[in-house]
Amino acid sequence: MTYSTEKLQEEKVFKDPVHRYIHVRDRVIWDLIGTKEFQRLRRIRQLGTTYLTFHGAEHSRFNHSLGVYEIIRRIVDDVFAPRSEWDQSERLVSLCAALLHDLGHGPFSHSFEKVFDFDHEAFTQAIILGDTGVNRVLSRVDESFPQHVSDVIAKTYENKQVISLISSQIDADRMDYLQRDAYFTGVSYGHFDMERILRVLRPREDQVVIKSSGMHAVEDYIMSRYQMYWQVYFHPVTRSSEVILTKVLHRAKELSEENYEFAMEPYHFVSMFKGDVTLQDYLKLDESIVLYYFQMWEEEKDPILSDLCQRFMNRNLFKYVEFDPSKEYKKLNKLEKLFQQAGLNPEYYLVVDSSSDLPYDFYRPGEEEERVPIHLMMPSGELRELSRQSDIVDAISGKRRTDHKLYYPKDCVMNDSTHKEIKAEIRNILGIN
Amino acid sequence: MMKDHAKLMQAFFASGDIVGRKKLQKMIYIAKKLSFPFHEKYQFHFFGPYSEELTLRVEELCNMGFLTEQKEKKSGYIQYRYGVTDEGKAFLASQKADPMPSLENCLVDLNTQSSRFLELVATMLYFDGLKEKDLVEKVHKVKGKQNYSNDEIDQALNYIEHLSMISS
Repeated sequence: MTYSTEKLQEEKVFKDPVHRYIHVRDRVIWDLIGTKEFQRLRRIRQLGTTYLTFHGAEHSRFNHSLGVYEIIRRIVDDVFAPRSEWDQSERLVSLCAALLHDLGHGPFSHSFEKVFDFDHEAFTQAIILGDTGVNRVLSRVDESFPQHVSDVIAKTYENKQVISLISSQIDADRMDYLQRDAYFTGVSYGHFDMERILRVLRPREDQVVIKSSGMHAVEDYIMSRYQMYWQVYFHPVTRSSEVILTKVLHRAKELSEENYEFAMEPYHFVSMFKGDVTLQDYLKLDESIVLYYFQMWEEEKDPILSDLCQRFMNRNLFKYVEFDPSKEYKKLNKLEKLFQQAGLNPEYYLVVDSSSDLPYDFYRPGEEEERVPIHLMMPSGELRELSRQSDIVDAISGKRRTDHKLYYPKDCVMNDSTHKEIKAEIRNILGIN
Repeated sequence: MMKDHAKLMQAFFASGDIVGRKKLQKMIYIAKKLSFPFHEKYQFHFFGPYSEELTLRVEELCNMGFLTEQKEKKSGYIQYRYGVTDEGKAFLASQKADPMPSLENCLVDLNTQSSRFLELVATMLYFDGLKEKDLVEKVHKVKGKQNYSNDEIDQALNYIEHLSMISS
């Protein structure tokens, strides 16, 4: 028996609140879970700052990665295995890619990516292909195996069916995170009949499609995605905490560029500030480290850094007003000037946040070959795009779905102990009392 | 404030009408790869580099009334045409965007190319870390369906060189 087909003597199981059990029988998978790069995912929350809005949202990328692996395991072992359109030799690469697909995520990765121009997918590839425990496990399968796993995750693998399983508009990644995020946030949206969807998945030449009889289960999935987007992922309070977190990082970076002397050397951030971060530096970061620095920076002498860190740590977040850029962009220019006059640096204290700033998306029917849509397989074998068959999906696919909010520190704006008249004018423009 | 929206408006203004979402996606990706300051995040998709962030930002600019999006029915498919409105021009004028003459040259040039060709150019730029032989092999692998000829690949390589010159 080769390493790639080696099974554990006894099946291992992880108890899981979403899938009940995660089953591991393959030695390769068990070894990957044990690597330090994979264990690091325990220290990175799946939903970043969402725990400040939904206190249950403390689940990690480790939980989610195991969940995605479990869904793929069920698909390839139970649904696809007997089908001639599926190449069973792709089983292991599919399982490994599912398990490792989020390996390069860092702490609060959306904000870090914005400020330091990181790309978590590039880090995923670097971990898989670099001098790491994960690479050593994968290389035992075959010298070229790490590259294959990396290609699946980067969506550049030759077999598009495998890519489609892990990354498409109805993939194992979304099926896990929608249910998991719903469970841990405690909202009643996000639930759909995954068992039914798995049963009607069919491998086709270049993608995985859905038997038309499963359309209603897919409708439910699309609705869940839509509702989770507005109720959880795009929650205005979460966006406020994300705005402050991003501004903390911006401020620390700016201070470093100005040769500011931090009371304590920000050792873990130095290479990031300089723009020459190595994989080793990156892997040392986790959320505990970041929050440790935030706590230390609360006492920094720079008033902006200190204030923003206190706001984040103590959940004294920015408030918001709805903002319509088409009518109010001139108002924004005026507000920027007033903030400056009131001693509030608008770069840090007046922020427009738009729906396009978020890493989540809606279902798109794939017009003009932008993204491959969800295809239903009709009884004749013909493929039809989902929104052309489903009125429900069609109704929510064409709706306006953009949104902008203007965030500001209400406590400062309401405090009339300084710049009283200017602040009154700011309040007037913002429409607050 | 709204700097990324303003940069895109600059790109639309410089390009003139852009016909096709795929073309738009590839134009901005190629400009980004040439080091112009676009921050939309791209990932590789079935049809080459694609940015959901860009799609949504363009949708926002349309909803704001700064861009027009016209649906044109072609034989068997739908195509979108984008143009800047007077409101969009006024918004752009109100922003303190730095002029980027080399970006303008580059975008005007890209806009004259077909979306099929831009898909090839963008794909080749996506794998720009590979040696030429491996790059060609990769293009054939990931773009098997598009059946690009060796001539087209040579043209794309020359075009990338041409773009580097006009964008510097």
